[in-house]
Amino acid sequence: MRILRLLGEWVLTSLRGGGRMMIFLGTALFWIFLPPLKWRRMIARIHFIGAKSLVVILLTGAFTGMVLGLQVFYTLTKFGSEAFLGPAVALSLIRELGPVLCALMVTGRAGSALTAEIGIMRITEQIDALTAMALNPMRYLIVPTILAGLIAFPLLTAIFDLVGIYGGYLVGVKLLGIGEGTYFGEMETYVDLWDITQGILKSLSFGLLVTWVCCYKGFYAGYGAEGVSRATTEAVVLSSVLILVWDYFVGSVLL
Amino acid sequence: MSGPMVEIRNVHKSFGGQQVLRGVDLQVTQGEILVIIGRSGGGKSVLLKHLMGLLKPDQGEIMISGQEISRLRGRELDQLRERFGVVFQGGALFDSLTVFENVAFPLREKTRLPEEAIREKALTLLKQVGLADMGHKYPAEVSGGMRKRVALARALTMEPEVVLFDEPTTGLDPIMVNAIHRLILDLHRRVGFTAILVSHEIPEIFGIADRVAMLHRGAVVEAGTPEAIQASTNPVVRQFITGDPEGPIQPD
Repeated sequence: MRILRLLGEWVLTSLRGGGRMMIFLGTALFWIFLPPLKWRRMIARIHFIGAKSLVVILLTGAFTGMVLGLQVFYTLTKFGSEAFLGPAVALSLIRELGPVLCALMVTGRAGSALTAEIGIMRITEQIDALTAMALNPMRYLIVPTILAGLIAFPLLTAIFDLVGIYGGYLVGVKLLGIGEGTYFGEMETYVDLWDITQGILKSLSFGLLVTWVCCYKGFYAGYGAEGVSRATTEAVVLSSVLILVWDYFVGSVLL
Repeated sequence: MSGPMVEIRNVHKSFGGQQVLRGVDLQVTQGEILVIIGRSGGGKSVLLKHLMGLLKPDQGEIMISGQEISRLRGRELDQLRERFGVVFQGGALFDSLTVFENVAFPLREKTRLPEEAIREKALTLLKQVGLADMGHKYPAEVSGGMRKRVALARALTMEPEVVLFDEPTTGLDPIMVNAIHRLILDLHRRVGFTAILVSHEIPEIFGIADRVAMLHRGAVVEAGTPEAIQASTNPVVRQFITGDPEGPIQPD
């Protein structure tokens, strides 16, 4: 009996939480299409989510590409088809690893900070202050952040992919001795525009997903330092899990 | 006289089964300074949030110059909020903006004044609260007393008719408490807003209030002039203003 009750409680709270998140997203999307847009805030957010994540993205992109170069080369030699290293590295980066790893890294670096910032604004009544001035916090805080995510994520992913491909080049061509022409030539043959479009679509959806979850968790942060720290943890965990779940479903639909 | 500026009628509010306000009745006359006293957790801040339209009563009405506000939405609610200035407990200054930008913020966002006029107005306000040379600092770089004064300046930028103060002096030293009180009185005399203050500062608030209302267990137990409250025979009021740990109010 007790188990049933606990289960019921859990289902109800999750449903309520999920509903609140959807309403939050709906309201945010509504305000996105209602001018005026706060340009300066959006540019500041792009700087924060995008430009400040560059170092992390360059590092993880390069090493992901290098690891791929190494591991895929090792696998391909078993079939004697190491000539396909280029397309193998490029396709796995562009279609899958680029958008996903990039989103995970940005969640860790910028998403957590976003939640903490908005959460602190909540507990120090700065969000109430905006409302009390008859200024909509959605317009001032949430809309610029979501738009910044939509702009920054695809750009970061593109950089990640590019750096990764050159990381694979470094290992495959310079270290393991595949011909330079083979690496890039085969890549050109096997990578379609649709693969690239798919990667961009994915990163766009991740941009929305991460900023949505992180803004929501901060916006409804509980009281005190503990409330903000819990919100931050939840934001990072939920974003990361949703990125991987969503990636699977989008992948299977777009394939 | 055209009726009270603010009229609170039988307002009830509870959060998750816990009753915070149980039938608050209170009137505020235009131009007066009303101080609401009461224990922490007695519902004072919740009552203020109702006046700002941040919370809606479960039952009862709140009238601002004859207009019932708890049913207002969207544009109408915004128009009402524009007549209010709020000084939040911790100041609620935007910490990504400097002191000057905080004061200029409402002007930049809500008016189409040229930058020159905005600068002038914000500087005048900062001068009035004695912080003319602090404009370039960030909220984190100034003292608690200064933050409260910046919050006061920001609350006054849009020339509100009613200014709400949520514990404007909590956590300040006695000299600063009196300085803030004098500043409020001074600005009140000059600008002529209606002020509603929530405060614990006894006996200091008796010096600035036109009227005092004591909120206890979610209802107003007594309201009157400072003299009347100080001479009150109500045991709850007596205990609160003398700070006696023994009496009808039990410390929890």
